Amino acid sequence: MAFFSKLKDKLFKSSSRLEEGLDAIVEEGGEEVVVEAPEPVVETAVAPDPEPAVEPTPEPVEPELAKEILPEPEVAPELAPAPAPAPAPAPAPVTKEPATKSGFFSRLTGRASAKPVVKRVLDDEMLEQLEELLIASDMGVDTALRVTANIAEGRFGKRLSTDEIKGLLAAEITRVMGPVAKPMPLYPQKPQVVLVVGVNGSGKTTTIGKLASQFKDAGKKVVIAAGDTFRAAAVEQLQVWGDRAGVPVLTAPEGSDPASLAFDAMTQAQADGADLLMIDTAGRLQNRADLMEELSKIVRVIRKKDPDAPHNTLLVLDATTGQNALSQVETFQKLADVSGLIMTKLDGTAKGGVLVALADKFGLPIHAIGVGETIDDLAPFDPEEFAKALTGAENV
Amino acid sequence: MFENLSERLSGVFDRLTKQGALSDEDVKTALREVRVALLEADVSLPVARDFVKAVQEKATGQAVTKSITPGQQVVKIVHDELVHVLEGEGEPGELKIDNAPAPILMVGLQGSGKTTTTGKLAKRLKEKNGKRVLMASLDIYRPAAMQQLEILGQQIGVDTLPIVAGETAVQIAKRAKQQATLGGYDVYMLDTAGRLQIDQTLMQEVEDVRDVVNPRETLLVVDGLTGQVAVEVAEEFDGKIGISGVVLTRMDGDGRGGAALSMRAVTGKPIKFVGLGEKMDALETFESDRVAGRILGMGDIVALVEKAHETIEAEQAEKMMKRFQKGRFNMNDLKMQLEQMIKMGGMEGVMGMMPGMAKMQKQAAEAGMSDKILKQQIALIQSMTKIERANPQILQASRKKRIAKGAGLDVSDLNKLLKMQRQMGDMMKKMGKMGKGGMLKQAMKGMFGKGGMPDMPAGMDPSAMDPKALEQAAKALGGGKGGLPGLGGGMGLPPGLSGFGKKK
Repeated sequence: MAFFSKLKDKLFKSSSRLEEGLDAIVEEGGEEVVVEAPEPVVETAVAPDPEPAVEPTPEPVEPELAKEILPEPEVAPELAPAPAPAPAPAPAPVTKEPATKSGFFSRLTGRASAKPVVKRVLDDEMLEQLEELLIASDMGVDTALRVTANIAEGRFGKRLSTDEIKGLLAAEITRVMGPVAKPMPLYPQKPQVVLVVGVNGSGKTTTIGKLASQFKDAGKKVVIAAGDTFRAAAVEQLQVWGDRAGVPVLTAPEGSDPASLAFDAMTQAQADGADLLMIDTAGRLQNRADLMEELSKIVRVIRKKDPDAPHNTLLVLDATTGQNALSQVETFQKLADVSGLIMTKLDGTAKGGVLVALADKFGLPIHAIGVGETIDDLAPFDPEEFAKALTGAENV
Repeated sequence: MFENLSERLSGVFDRLTKQGALSDEDVKTALREVRVALLEADVSLPVARDFVKAVQEKATGQAVTKSITPGQQVVKIVHDELVHVLEGEGEPGELKIDNAPAPILMVGLQGSGKTTTTGKLAKRLKEKNGKRVLMASLDIYRPAAMQQLEILGQQIGVDTLPIVAGETAVQIAKRAKQQATLGGYDVYMLDTAGRLQIDQTLMQEVEDVRDVVNPRETLLVVDGLTGQVAVEVAEEFDGKIGISGVVLTRMDGDGRGGAALSMRAVTGKPIKFVGLGEKMDALETFESDRVAGRILGMGDIVALVEKAHETIEAEQAEKMMKRFQKGRFNMNDLKMQLEQMIKMGGMEGVMGMMPGMAKMQKQAAEAGMSDKILKQQIALIQSMTKIERANPQILQASRKKRIAKGAGLDVSDLNKLLKMQRQMGDMMKKMGKMGKGGMLKQAMKGMFGKGGMPDMPAGMDPSAMDPKALEQAAKALGGGKGGLPGLGGGMGLPPGLSGFGKKK
């Protein structure tokens, strides 16, 4: 549980900006609506206890101020004359008359109790701002347009609050992401071959370490092949991960042919009766035809051992990557037959909105997300959690 | 995947035929497209917004020159502004490393390419600037990170600080400083661990390191593929550590490099270098006009010409040009052109670099146009005798049969090749005549002359490229009619492209 809250914490921290942006958008055009705020005030005042529903959305400063003053009237009556005649039951009676009275006191109590929700009419301008907000999360222009269009459908011209918009966005994103959230499928074949590919620095080696540890804990016999024979010390890096996970790592000298290592690893894994063989590969940019050919060669060679291999080809994506992720998925899918995605570095401020665009365009399953540097920082992809984190919607 | 800006704008302006000054409305419509183009190139939203605002002020009311369309005018304004923003003061790639030993601190996110860049930069300093360099890895977190730098050091022949296990980053930095002073090094480079800009502990660590060594240069290493988060990264790193420059890595990818603009706009610090590959010498100084063209999706024409420059020997070209001017273009010339194309990275490589051709590249691939055809055509030519190569018109049926058999192809393939050679010969003749060889000469000069790039004919300015001509060129390629008008020699592209479409 502690881990989960940590993950959530990390995800939420990253989304704060989007949330702020949303508040700003609603507030910007919502001024005229504040005048009509009595409407929601009266409505909510009927409800017996508005307190639990309080969300400090529009102006968090004032309600807090009010709360601070209210609990200790015996200390500060002479300092602040207003709260003195306002004991706890105040909200209900006072809010009946806010339309007529507009003094400091009534405004104060009115806000504190019934929180006039700032709403804004959903118009073209607001839609455009919402689009920009989504674009700022790396969602890309096309997908942002589609998501906002879906939200606007049937709601155009209606007044919406921040929370409502967040809820709608989250629901829409969950709808898009739902079908792609699948754990990595396990097959009865022994060994099940998992090829891990991606551009340089996306986090392939770290991800393999984490995955190996998880599968080992799940009772699988795992073998890792350190197929990055190009980058200096990549093999050593993976060996450390192997030690941490308690998984054997098969290596080859730097500069040797990764395909031959893959072949040897297949032989070894078959002889040892391993359940899973995870093959690391060197980072390669998808537009480098020569390196992509090297990848094809690895696949060709391991197919000599098992015509169905690799059973999974995982593409590791860096969350800080922008729209190029689309090109990465497209090319790797075409040339390496990618079967699933893993997005790393989601613990940063990057919101990974490009995942929505990827789900929208390619529909490849997203197996897991990386949220830190320790061996446990790999979580299954939860579309609802992701959508909430992305939009800042909670309890919707 | 993305439409380039000229295509977008030509769509907008097709409806507008009026000439004269750009109206507010024109500019507004055009700039909406510019904004989308910037966002698709991963320029951060606030930066794109400010940039568009700046361009709007400049563009409104500008007179449109008669010879170009309003769309081209806007592209030019946008391109110029981009170059202006991207360009840093002073010489790109210059580092303040005068007082020996000068410390250089490398910082950045995880996986941005710090260690590799450290190695490349050390190699550059050693070989180009003749400095004695010491490298030290402060990455005590990532497994084998220190070994990685040590191995790189061995590869490039640069000393690294001996690894002592269990030291903190600050201790290593102190040791590096001491060793650099004692050892008489000119420069010492500190490669730090990758860190998130929001990780307070790690940011504090790098601040401590900075206070210990007082780096002359603090370089932020950023992945050129970075998306919207670039602004936050740059802000935080600059705010907390204070950077003196930026290195963009992975610019050899097919990303559009919008992060460059974000970095410049947010930090105001110069982009010093770009990383262009995994090899240790793949580090170049930052050229603003090239990246500007790339952000706008106009292709990297400069890279194309440079590549042509590298592969085609100047003398050979000079000789070729003289022949062309006389209207002679035989199989030997064609073979040379085909071979050059393969050298330049084949059809895909050449077309990928040409503006507006990214889309065609796909079409061409689907139509079965590939380097294989180039090789087959070379094989056909190689099956000819010397006399045949010099005078292809002497080929009659029996010769044709023999040649086709020799290359393992059909006579029809040979006929296509012959037709191509004829067409190209015609085109060469025409170009040679035009302005008494002016255009061809100019084009050749641009390509092969000592000055290289700057001599490019005016029509080559990416911002002034006529989208219509490109479209035409695209048709010519896809449909197999005629050559490549306007692109031919001037582009540095061997005109051998014409006729390939016929292979369909």
